[in-house]
Amino acid sequence: MNLLDIRNLKLDFGTGADVMRAVDGISFTIGAGETVCLVGESGCGKTVTALSIARLVPAPPANYVGGEILLNGRDVLKMSNGELRSIRGGVVSYVFQEPGASLNPVFRVGNQIRESLKLHKPDKATNAEVIRLLKLVGIPAPESRIRNYPFELSGGMQQRVMIAMALASEPKLLVADEPTTALDVTIQAQILELLHGLKQRLGMAILLITHNLGIVGDMADRVAVMYAGQIVELAPAKDLLRRPLHPYTKALMNAVPKLAGDADRLSAIPGNVPRIGNFPPGCRFAPRCPIAKSECSEKIPELVEVEPGRWVRCPFWQQTTKPV
Amino acid sequence: MVETKNPLSPWQLFWQRLRRRKIAMAGGGILIVLYLVALFAGFVAPYRYDDLDTDYSFHQPVWPRVEGLHLVVPRYAPGNGTFVYQLVPNDTKPLHLFIRGDRYKWFGLIPATIHLFGTGDRNYPVFLLGADQFGRDVFSRLLYGSQISLSIGLVGILLSFSFGMIIGGVSGYFAGATDTVIMRLCELIMSIPALYLIISLRATFPPGMSSSQVYTMIIVILSFIGWAGMARVIRGMTLSLREQQFVLAARAIGQSPLKIIVRHILPNTFSYVIVAATLSVPYYILGEVVLSFLGVGIQEPNASWGNMLTAAQNTDYLRNYPWLLAPGVAIFITVLAFNFLGDGLRDAADTKSL
Repeated sequence: MNLLDIRNLKLDFGTGADVMRAVDGISFTIGAGETVCLVGESGCGKTVTALSIARLVPAPPANYVGGEILLNGRDVLKMSNGELRSIRGGVVSYVFQEPGASLNPVFRVGNQIRESLKLHKPDKATNAEVIRLLKLVGIPAPESRIRNYPFELSGGMQQRVMIAMALASEPKLLVADEPTTALDVTIQAQILELLHGLKQRLGMAILLITHNLGIVGDMADRVAVMYAGQIVELAPAKDLLRRPLHPYTKALMNAVPKLAGDADRLSAIPGNVPRIGNFPPGCRFAPRCPIAKSECSEKIPELVEVEPGRWVRCPFWQQTTKPV
Repeated sequence: MVETKNPLSPWQLFWQRLRRRKIAMAGGGILIVLYLVALFAGFVAPYRYDDLDTDYSFHQPVWPRVEGLHLVVPRYAPGNGTFVYQLVPNDTKPLHLFIRGDRYKWFGLIPATIHLFGTGDRNYPVFLLGADQFGRDVFSRLLYGSQISLSIGLVGILLSFSFGMIIGGVSGYFAGATDTVIMRLCELIMSIPALYLIISLRATFPPGMSSSQVYTMIIVILSFIGWAGMARVIRGMTLSLREQQFVLAARAIGQSPLKIIVRHILPNTFSYVIVAATLSVPYYILGEVVLSFLGVGIQEPNASWGNMLTAAQNTDYLRNYPWLLAPGVAIFITVLAFNFLGDGLRDAADTKSL
């Protein structure tokens, strides 16, 4: 049994005529101890998918239309509020993009970590345990840091505190939603290294959300590429980076600037991400796709397994695309 | 180990900014003195609040004067005409500090008889602010009255603000139907003219209530009206705070909604609440004054600033015995001090100001 098994998840925002489908039939799994990356442009539904795992998207305005989110074999969408609170932190923990905004500005960081302990490990809610956690995430002089307010810490330190908070309850799955986007490159590398090391020591699974393909290669076992609320490609990380199959993935990798060669201009994917609620009929990438055919705009293609472990939502994946 | 210089905590920064505002500090200082005196009223007051002696009705203020190395209190004898007292020359009694006098209780618990000052002789009364129609010392009654008038502000604020904060927090956090119902209720309460509500509520209670019952009732009535405004503001702040990521983070570790409101959202409103509370205390003090002035508040012989002012309703009294207005001056000073302090706190809490 997989630790997390999302099946055909559909999520709407709004109701009636203004309904917008943010997540449209997402399915993927995460095994125990596995690292899965969720990649895609801003607004493609990555964060909503990740928050759904603990049903954190507030409903209303959101509306879980269909599908199942099996966490440890139990459907999160059918849980009571009490059960939800025990899995939040208890089974799945979160680390968010803006560490500064994720910490309550009026509390000392030690108390915030202790709050997480109180909820899930009440007998271990001690200063010693907080200090141990801060040491674990590589914060120097944790004894004096616990009395600091969040604004007294640097961005990297704040993110370490957030990770310590997430780890306090010893979760099975750590969801890191663009944990390094707000940090500079050096700190970014440190935080990723920290996550990688912690994963190996603690044996937890990680769902890493990013729009940075560089991170994927360092961290992920498998990658899911999202576009406009759907997964367009799902594959082992190494294979995907070496040989992307979906035209969107290809275009995405093409857009990464390369140091080698003498390219003057940055290559970009033409057009814009379609707005939620205003998706084109048929394949959602078709308007921007270099190999699109007329039939692409008629029917949404299925996500099919084209090679063992490799899923693609494009019937023409074998066709080569010229770099744009 | 890395030694870091501890930066100033938010409270220290706040204090630093407040200290630069002299008027606010003066207001704060006055309030500290007022509340300390109220706390030790029994000790500072030379007489009890109900210590009456009709021989001294409307006695004018008597101040000690320096004679040689002592402070002495002169004696006045009844003159020709009612309520006229004339100085008796060369008849004085020295003023003593820490002298035995009437019984009172420290904080209403520990019995004591030591007073800060007095003559120890009924024939030489020290009426710093004169006497009222029953010959009671206005100064002593002012101090005893301050216990009621000053504490009503604090207790009232505590009650209505904690109530308003919880209700406002719940309303803003859950939004939707809960929010609509609570906010309409607030508006209903706010639309009722406060004074009429107070008087009609008061009328529903039996007239023979004890002073402590009346005291509690006044606080409950004033808080019942006061929470709605607070709830509305807190609700607005909560609506914006609930979208903050730290609220999402708190939900993500499995915190319950009520604890998120109390532990994470409400503390972020404190800088506003403290200012609002300081500026609202006068409303409760004046509320008690109004009720007592109208005769539905604290009852004689117990003293409050409001019922002491009842005597000032009579213009004859006002013309002949202006010292009866002393509680009015006390109210004026207190309300002004609270406003100065509140303004200063607001400026100090505003991080955009210098």
